[in-house]
Amino acid sequence: MNLMYYVILALVLFTIGATAVLTRRNAIIALLGVELMLNSCNLVLVTFSRMWGNVEGQVFAFFVMVVAAAEVVVGLAIVVSIFRTHRSASLDGANQLKH
Amino acid sequence: MMDTLTISTGETLLFIAIAVVMVVLSIFGLLITRRAVYSAGCMIVVMVCLAILYTMLEAPFMGVVQVAVYTGAILMMFLFVLMMIGVDSSDTTHETLNWQRPVAILGGIGFVVIAIGAVLGAHTPTALGMKEANTPTNPEAIAQSIFGNHVLTLELVGTLLVVAALGAMTLTHRERTRPKLTQPELVDAKMEAYATTGRHIGQKPPTGVYAESNSATNPALTAGGLEVEESVPRVLRARGQARHVGQFSPATADRIRRGEFNGQQPQVPRSGLPGMPGEAAPQYPSSSPQIDATPAQPELEEGESK
Repeated sequence: MNLMYYVILALVLFTIGATAVLTRRNAIIALLGVELMLNSCNLVLVTFSRMWGNVEGQVFAFFVMVVAAAEVVVGLAIVVSIFRTHRSASLDGANQLKH
Repeated sequence: MMDTLTISTGETLLFIAIAVVMVVLSIFGLLITRRAVYSAGCMIVVMVCLAILYTMLEAPFMGVVQVAVYTGAILMMFLFVLMMIGVDSSDTTHETLNWQRPVAILGGIGFVVIAIGAVLGAHTPTALGMKEANTPTNPEAIAQSIFGNHVLTLELVGTLLVVAALGAMTLTHRERTRPKLTQPELVDAKMEAYATTGRHIGQKPPTGVYAESNSATNPALTAGGLEVEESVPRVLRARGQARHVGQFSPATADRIRRGEFNGQQPQVPRSGLPGMPGEAAPQYPSSSPQIDATPAQPELEEGESK
């Protein structure tokens, strides 16, 4: 087995997350797709860190996690405030800025 | 020369098992199921699997952080928000753009095929492994790197977290649109409603309890045998679920029909308390003169005069 299989798994997960973001209407599921994409990037970083024998990759995966936590906090706050005004978590409902 | 990495058979088998679980669960949770709770549940398992992968990749610190941050904090927050906006919130099947789903799926398949092709065709160096980098231990090596080479990044990221917390608080903050009602104001409003519209101040009558049935859909009976409509909760009445006495207690309905209640005074001794004509309340021989038999009377009159 080669370490590149970890990268391939990360690519598959990234694609699943991206497809979920593109196709799902529920804001929560779309945010979960973004989380999966960020995590697959982390997996690639940790894999390359092991490949090169260097902890820098893990350090950057750690920073990505922190940024993901901040992103989720703001994203869920937006979902909650949209839900308060629209009574739905659908991404199609929030189109007031269009007009 | 540094020693190169050899991957054991056990790691290969564990990787295959975990990869299958992760791909199946993320496809089911993110692309197939319509229920957001199932998605969150699947993602929790996927995150735990990722933590196992990190530990396999000789990054135990990242594995622990993955469990603590993702499974413990982020996905629990997703579940909180799910409970807030309704657990049964599900995706609509209605499509506004008909071509979007097939194009997205086609694009996903195309991307994964091209990217895997690129990865398989790439020249990969001999893997080194973390044996030397993890000296003395993995968390210590990471701490050396973060607090030695990336201090500015760490501070920027800390600022980002503070800003995100403030942003979430301001986004979900709501001004009070009407002043908070204090208890005396509530009492005054209720008395006002009683004086103008005659709305009853106290509690509504509770539902009826019968030998045959004890349900919130059963109406209570007055002493004269009439059903009290408002003893059944308003929601049940609006749904048309309120029942009549004959539906659950034919014996009681028979007694009403025979006239045992029927508008006449029931055959129970009455106390003669205010609003209840009859004999005077029986005087119990009491040795303690402090007990006042009619403490409710002055308060009632005060309420009616308002």
